[in-house]
Amino acid sequence: MSARNRELFGLIPAALLVTAGFTAIFIQRSAQVSNVSLTYGALFLGLCLAAHVVVRIVLPYADPYLLPLVAVLAGVGIVMIYRIDDTFARGQVISFLIGLGFFLGTLVFLRDYRVLERYRYLIALGSIGLLVLPRFSGSVNGAYLAIHAGGVTFQPAEFAKIGIVVFLASYLRDTRQVLVMGARRVLGVTIPPLKHFGPLLVVWGAAMLMLFVIRDLGSSLMFFGAFLSILYVATNRLSFVVVGLAMFALGAWAVGTHVPHVHSRIEAWQHPFNRRLYEAQGGSYQVAQLLFAQADGGVLGRGFGQSLLQIPGSSANLLPAPRTDLIYAVIVNEIGLVGACGLLGVYLLIVQRGFKAAVLARDSFSTLLAAGLTSVFALQVFVIVGGVTKLIPLTGVTLPFVSYGGSSIVANFALVALLLLVSDRARRPG
Amino acid sequence: MSGPVRRLFAVIVLMFGALVLFTSRWTVFEAKSLNDNALNRRQLLEQLEIKRGLIRAADGTVLARSVRGRGGVYRRTYPQGDLLSHAIGYWSISYGRAGLERSRNDELAGSGSDLGSIIDQLQGKRRDGDNVDLTLDPNAQRIAINALGGQKGSVVALDPHTGAVKVMASYPQFDPGQIATSYPKLASQPGAPLLNRATQGQYPPGSSFKVLTDVAAIDTGRFSPDSTLNGDSPKTISGVPLSNDGGQSFGDIPLTDALTHSVNTVWAQVGEALGRGTMAKYMERFGFYAKPPLDYPSDQRYASGEYLNGSLLSPTSGRIDVGRMAIGQDKLLVTPLQMAMVAAAVANQGVLVRPHLTARVVDPDGRVRDSVGTSVYHRVMKADTAQKVAQMMSNVVKEGTGTAAALSGIDVAGKTGTAEIQAGVNQVWFIAFAPINDPRVAIAVTVERSSGQGGTVAAPIAKQVMEALLR
Repeated sequence: MSARNRELFGLIPAALLVTAGFTAIFIQRSAQVSNVSLTYGALFLGLCLAAHVVVRIVLPYADPYLLPLVAVLAGVGIVMIYRIDDTFARGQVISFLIGLGFFLGTLVFLRDYRVLERYRYLIALGSIGLLVLPRFSGSVNGAYLAIHAGGVTFQPAEFAKIGIVVFLASYLRDTRQVLVMGARRVLGVTIPPLKHFGPLLVVWGAAMLMLFVIRDLGSSLMFFGAFLSILYVATNRLSFVVVGLAMFALGAWAVGTHVPHVHSRIEAWQHPFNRRLYEAQGGSYQVAQLLFAQADGGVLGRGFGQSLLQIPGSSANLLPAPRTDLIYAVIVNEIGLVGACGLLGVYLLIVQRGFKAAVLARDSFSTLLAAGLTSVFALQVFVIVGGVTKLIPLTGVTLPFVSYGGSSIVANFALVALLLLVSDRARRPG
Repeated sequence: MSGPVRRLFAVIVLMFGALVLFTSRWTVFEAKSLNDNALNRRQLLEQLEIKRGLIRAADGTVLARSVRGRGGVYRRTYPQGDLLSHAIGYWSISYGRAGLERSRNDELAGSGSDLGSIIDQLQGKRRDGDNVDLTLDPNAQRIAINALGGQKGSVVALDPHTGAVKVMASYPQFDPGQIATSYPKLASQPGAPLLNRATQGQYPPGSSFKVLTDVAAIDTGRFSPDSTLNGDSPKTISGVPLSNDGGQSFGDIPLTDALTHSVNTVWAQVGEALGRGTMAKYMERFGFYAKPPLDYPSDQRYASGEYLNGSLLSPTSGRIDVGRMAIGQDKLLVTPLQMAMVAAAVANQGVLVRPHLTARVVDPDGRVRDSVGTSVYHRVMKADTAQKVAQMMSNVVKEGTGTAAALSGIDVAGKTGTAEIQAGVNQVWFIAFAPINDPRVAIAVTVERSSGQGGTVAAPIAKQVMEALLR
């Protein structure tokens, strides 16, 4: 079977998942099987098929698994959001449509994505600008992550992450040789020449600055982790990573002890059931509720639509932010450990396809770009799921394609489009 | 550059493995402790949307009912106020659950997992809870509370054949409908009104325990009702002199008379003669050294037995002074429920049945889902022994220390108990059953810190309650 036909057949289970999901919700709500769920499933399949046709024409050699995997995630997202609060499902579908538009736009207009290299400093500057922008808009829970304008919320970091990866991939393609070759080894540690290492120190400084400017440990970890990943792939020097991580830990410690809201996040992470923290404003209530929701789910979950989201008799949320950052807890509550593992498995498969494209790519820029984009994507999943499961302190990052939120969906569609572009070029015969 | 990419992928696989591990940690390994966490109100909140079943007394009196309030949330009301408060318990979002509201929660909340409810669940319908019908008699309960007359204490009355609990009185009481506002005060009050003295009160049994010693003495064949022992006072028991009440000496006296007049020195000698092992065997058959079987929350049921520094000793521990234990002294602590079970076993031809508060569970459509029948706990003694002991106990009421419990026209078997707490302050007891030839009620009555005797304070209370139940 050709790659494109495999992609086509892969989309069918994704559409069936959407149909099944809506069917379950309708049964739960109105005790009847409505054919509307079939309509929704068919519409979803139609949209995916449209995307498939464009890919078939523009990128005949691209990886056949990425699009179906993304469709599964988007389907889970739409169904979950509809289940949590159907008034938001419309918004999620619109985000999905815009995201698909961006996806196709990227495929068509950036066919030769290597032109991005020409604008790398502009892209870097723009990205840092995007990151700093929320600082002038006001904070949410003490972190500066979003811009609010005219009822619309925009999360620039979602787009900045792509820009920064593009810049780093391009910059390191040029300097990777000199970083290694021109280096001296002192006590077994590779010390690259300052001239070339300088810009990397700037990146590190920027990441630290971000930690202080955005005041969000999670997104800083995501950005800095992506930076170290690209650096490692470019230079194959573990010492760079170790030193980088040590420097990040130092910065994180400084922020954790000096920025009050980051400090309280860390406290809540360490002692979620401490009664004082639990009752404090911005305390550990959220973390404790996340764990209670997951425990309530167990291995198989409570069943679709069975999770308790609001305090009965009121409209107050029991679990804060159920449709955005903390949606993973609702998923575990309803479909259990088994469902959550399935979801993580889908993410891991996307990561695997991304790295596959990186390995197959024939030029350094493509390899670094694919590896960097894949890393930043994987780290985003790790930061939010790790936060929800109390592996790391909880910070506000979206779960790609599943969480409610336009910026996140659109940016991640663009990210996957770039991965498809890299894989198409890599697999093109001749 | 493929080497580093592969290693990077391996690192990410490990990181995702950690995510799976931590998700498992909360959903599997620590799920139980999280579900039980005091801060976790999830299960209580879910039940706000459920119409809990009724709790009804034996005569159909509604004791607890759910009423729909604002926003579709149900509120629990208790039409009988504080009557039967300890048996029913309470149900509160802030303070949790107690009593039958807790032990019968699954039925009351309708969370039975039969096929019908699974289909309902798939349809998102919440099933109403089942109704729980009790064995308790509200009229006799009211008489028991009135008879206690404001003294702290407890009355437990059972049907000795079936184990049905007819009366479970504990004073002071509380109003379960007011728990949301009164709990903090109730929890810190010195009279401990939240404590169910019937199952959680631990008191020295005094001479009422001699019934058990008597059973062991007769059932082993070592003694008969006519065996004669010397009842002089004082007698040296475990190396320390022991006196009879008022220092009275009885000379050589048969066991029947020794029970009628509650002669300490005789029964202490019997205890020493039987030894720890035999006493332990009979105590365990009666249900001592274990939580009594009852459809009531486990942590609201205390075991009876010898306690040292707040913990239960082994039944054959070397620290037990068996002579003094045989007359209800030493370190023996018992609950009123346990003493009612002692009376019930003698009443029921030596067979102890499991006591129960629930008669049946009925679904909202009136179908009986579960019916609690008679279930044998232990055969404690031979039927012949039971008859002999019953005869000896009837003498106590006819001509001994328990005459105040005598009912006109009905033969009552009983035993008094007066355990001195400090000079002039006694824990007084009366255990009994009636009528002797076909017992329908077995009872234990105790009053805390009384200046009177078991025969003068507890026996009249038992008389009133038995009268109400036998009428």
